Amino acid sequence: MIEKDLVVVGGGPAGMAAAISAFEAGVEDILLLERDQYLGGILNQCIHTGFGIDYFKEVLTGPEYADRFVKKIRSISQIEISLRTFVVRLTRDKVLTYLKPGVMQEIKAKAIIMATGCREKTREMAHIAGTRPAGIFSAGLAQKLINIEGLLPGNEVVIVGSGDIGLIMARRFLLEGAKVKAVVEIQKKTRGLMRNVVQCIEDFDIPLYFSHKISKIYGKDRVEAVDVVKVDDNFNEIADSKFRIDCDTVLVSVGLIPENELIEMAGVLIDKKTNSPVSKEVNKTSIPGLFVCGNSFKVYDVVDSVSRDSVLAGRLAAEYIKSVCNGPKDSGRR
Amino acid sequence: MNEYDVAIIGGGVIGTSLARELCRYRLKIALLEKEEELAFGVSKSNSGIIHPGTQNPPHSLKGRLCVQGNILARHQSRELGFDFKEVGELIVAFNEEEVSRLVRLKKEAELLKVPKLAIVGRSWLRKKEPNLSEEAIAALYAPTAGIVSPYRWVYDLSENAVKNGAEVFTLTKVENIILTHSTMLRVNPEQAKRVEGLTEQSAPPNKPRFEIHTTKGVFKARYVVNAAGLFEDKISRMVGIDYFEITPRKGEEFLLDKKRQYLTNHLLFPLPGKTSKGVLIIRTSDGNPMIGPTAEDIADKEDLSTSDDGLKKVLDSARKMVPSIDENDIIAYFAGLRPVASSSGLGTPSRGDSLRSSDISSSVAGDDFIIRHEDKVPGFVNVAGIQSPGLTSAPAIALMVADILKDHGLSLKKKLFFHGHRRKTVHLFAVSSRDAKKIIKKDSRYGDIVCRCEMISAGEVKDAIKQGAKTLDGIKFRTRAQAGRCHGTFCTTRLMKILAEDTGRPLTGVTKRGRGSEIVKGKRD
Amino acid sequence: MTKKLTCIECPVGCALSVDIENCKAISISGHKCPKGEKYAISEIENPLRILTSVVLCENLPLEVIPVRTDKAIPKAKIMEAMSEIKKIKISKPVAVGEVVVKNFLGLSVNLIATRDTAEISA
Repeated sequence: MIEKDLVVVGGGPAGMAAAISAFEAGVEDILLLERDQYLGGILNQCIHTGFGIDYFKEVLTGPEYADRFVKKIRSISQIEISLRTFVVRLTRDKVLTYLKPGVMQEIKAKAIIMATGCREKTREMAHIAGTRPAGIFSAGLAQKLINIEGLLPGNEVVIVGSGDIGLIMARRFLLEGAKVKAVVEIQKKTRGLMRNVVQCIEDFDIPLYFSHKISKIYGKDRVEAVDVVKVDDNFNEIADSKFRIDCDTVLVSVGLIPENELIEMAGVLIDKKTNSPVSKEVNKTSIPGLFVCGNSFKVYDVVDSVSRDSVLAGRLAAEYIKSVCNGPKDSGRR
Repeated sequence: MNEYDVAIIGGGVIGTSLARELCRYRLKIALLEKEEELAFGVSKSNSGIIHPGTQNPPHSLKGRLCVQGNILARHQSRELGFDFKEVGELIVAFNEEEVSRLVRLKKEAELLKVPKLAIVGRSWLRKKEPNLSEEAIAALYAPTAGIVSPYRWVYDLSENAVKNGAEVFTLTKVENIILTHSTMLRVNPEQAKRVEGLTEQSAPPNKPRFEIHTTKGVFKARYVVNAAGLFEDKISRMVGIDYFEITPRKGEEFLLDKKRQYLTNHLLFPLPGKTSKGVLIIRTSDGNPMIGPTAEDIADKEDLSTSDDGLKKVLDSARKMVPSIDENDIIAYFAGLRPVASSSGLGTPSRGDSLRSSDISSSVAGDDFIIRHEDKVPGFVNVAGIQSPGLTSAPAIALMVADILKDHGLSLKKKLFFHGHRRKTVHLFAVSSRDAKKIIKKDSRYGDIVCRCEMISAGEVKDAIKQGAKTLDGIKFRTRAQAGRCHGTFCTTRLMKILAEDTGRPLTGVTKRGRGSEIVKGKRD
Repeated sequence: MTKKLTCIECPVGCALSVDIENCKAISISGHKCPKGEKYAISEIENPLRILTSVVLCENLPLEVIPVRTDKAIPKAKIMEAMSEIKKIKISKPVAVGEVVVKNFLGLSVNLIATRDTAEISA
């Protein structure tokens, strides 16, 4: 069985910051596992600006922010990076099993930092009645299709949810030539930043409906229309307020869920409501030496907070490794 | 040459079961399916239950074929390599009146030779089904109930049928069936004489009697089996047989997160209602608990929408049986349509029509399967109204139809080599770690994870495409990729790329379930 | 007259109040930093936006790479800028910050790449 001082699961902004921080705190035997074929995580598809205002005091796009960490991590030879690598199992003894093309491998780590990010809530979780045609996307998937694959998911879009991702995607679709018919928000006000309401909705005169929800999706093979209805303070439908919007695409942007199924498998206590690990101290879990950072620990509003959180996790992991053995490997380093 | 011994219309579980059965014999078989892939009609929404045979009238075709099918399905699972789990069923009673109905159901089922039935009481239920409501006082226990993946069964059947020589045609919608001369002679001798001056003597033997006009050309066949699910009546009318009508009866189903997989241990049934078996609580072959279905007769044969009302009905009924069911555990929902046959009043089958079962009268009332050779149109067999327990009965229906065809002149000569076995599909996480390692080492594509939630590899996806998947739904049904908690948010782009590459179409041509359901509308170019 | 604006310079999104006379911003309040003041003036007199998008690639390991204008451009020019961006195809590797189009649309801003093609193996 291969042994490592520290294994970091996830090569997005959280994982990279955590690995670099652990190295700077003295750990010299680090393996970072990333499932995609490049580092950067979700930032690669967040091509808009707004990143790094706090952390770097600059206005950067997602890929530019990620690039700062990629360049840094590539310069540290003590951090081994394995791409196209997928962790499939984790035990409470901190044994990880991962898969990559041609390889299935177990590793025992002294400390593990999980930086696996979030998944999106989907249409199914929003309980929208109607049919199941093509043309219904989570906002993140639509973003990936446009910004990574150069594909246009649809021409006439209705967006459910006015969080930042929904707002950003409203602008994104418009810039690509699609019509954005409406953004529908069940709450009384936006969940996203006001700056995004300005530069994504107001700039383009996109109709934004508060206290409304989509009650039905129509369309056999492709989305054809949606019913929109007003809701009261208890989110119940208000009679006679229904109207229909013709569209061919529905974007669902109704929330993020931390991806913690692996640590749950290992026996870590998880808060059922938030899907985050239950912990008295930030980044720690109920298993000593197993840390969680970034959005999989807590859904942060901005990536700058993710970086700070992950730096802390890296230090905690280094501390832990020092405390459980006679120090990290290769401690000839000054 | 598009001339076949038997043309089967409809590529669901009935059509593919029959195709595979007939491939044992030296026959030219064509299976015609109108959708882009098989099992995209009624079979796709099936819950996968292999019924023990309870809840069928004692002298019904349904009852006999279900019990027979339960046994045959097990054989086939071993031969074809799909999973069959014996889970057992409990029909639950909440009061004394219901208990007496249980006793009657048990008697009826015993007449059908359903094995190992027992009425179990409170303490048995407390022990074996701890989440079952405390109000349940007894249940009829039928241990031989099982669960399979309905569409994987269809795909494994068709793969085996094709291996043994059957020809499968998708995107092939039947638009008209023309009776050729010899058939017309029987049906309308006067017209036949006028048209061609044919007589009984001059009709050539063993020539195709049917010309099936489809969107992909003309198929000629000596025998036609109508297994077209919701459109059985439409196909049947093409040859002038119109005594039944198919009404879609919608059933909405709701899947729960796999985290709740230990909610129940058996398939839980309430006592049956008038139009359906009621809202069940089961665990599907994929491991997710499922609650439903509703039962609502509708008009539109293509209406697969779900509703808030349906959700409420199902939750209310399900919670009566398992009070701890939480709405927030629901991760997916869909609807299916049962093809219910009823008499259309336009004509009644004559007593002269041959039928294996002695009970003709119930067959048209919407209560029983309609499986008959239509003597008015020699060579034409209807297999209609196949609602529950249709899936279970499928292998038995196939045998019955083969017999019917034989009785009407189809020569069944066994092939020298019939490859009845099929190698089990690779599912990485259904095998031990050691075996998984070997598989990945041998073929690196199995280590390349595409679907994060269900842990499906590129190797498995490519196998599915080789088996016939052409769409994202086709991949989902065969591999479970996209059926996990993120519903394809993570894997869709990668799946689209693999599909585009392996089927030679552009990314903009990749569909959810066939033309009209393309995933994207355009690209930068 | 007074116009209410939300500053977009940073995630705080200060609610600004701007007194306007003859289409010029006379006085600004509500900002928590000098960027807000600059933004208010610009937003009234000549609204500017940074444009981010992607351009098509050819013979590179990605289908498209993300780009942005290195300075804000007039809001009124955004759709025209998008038409131009859609025509661009790059076939040589680029690094973060590398200029893809100099003096984009004649606006004295450059269109720069925001991702490194060398980081991506096929």
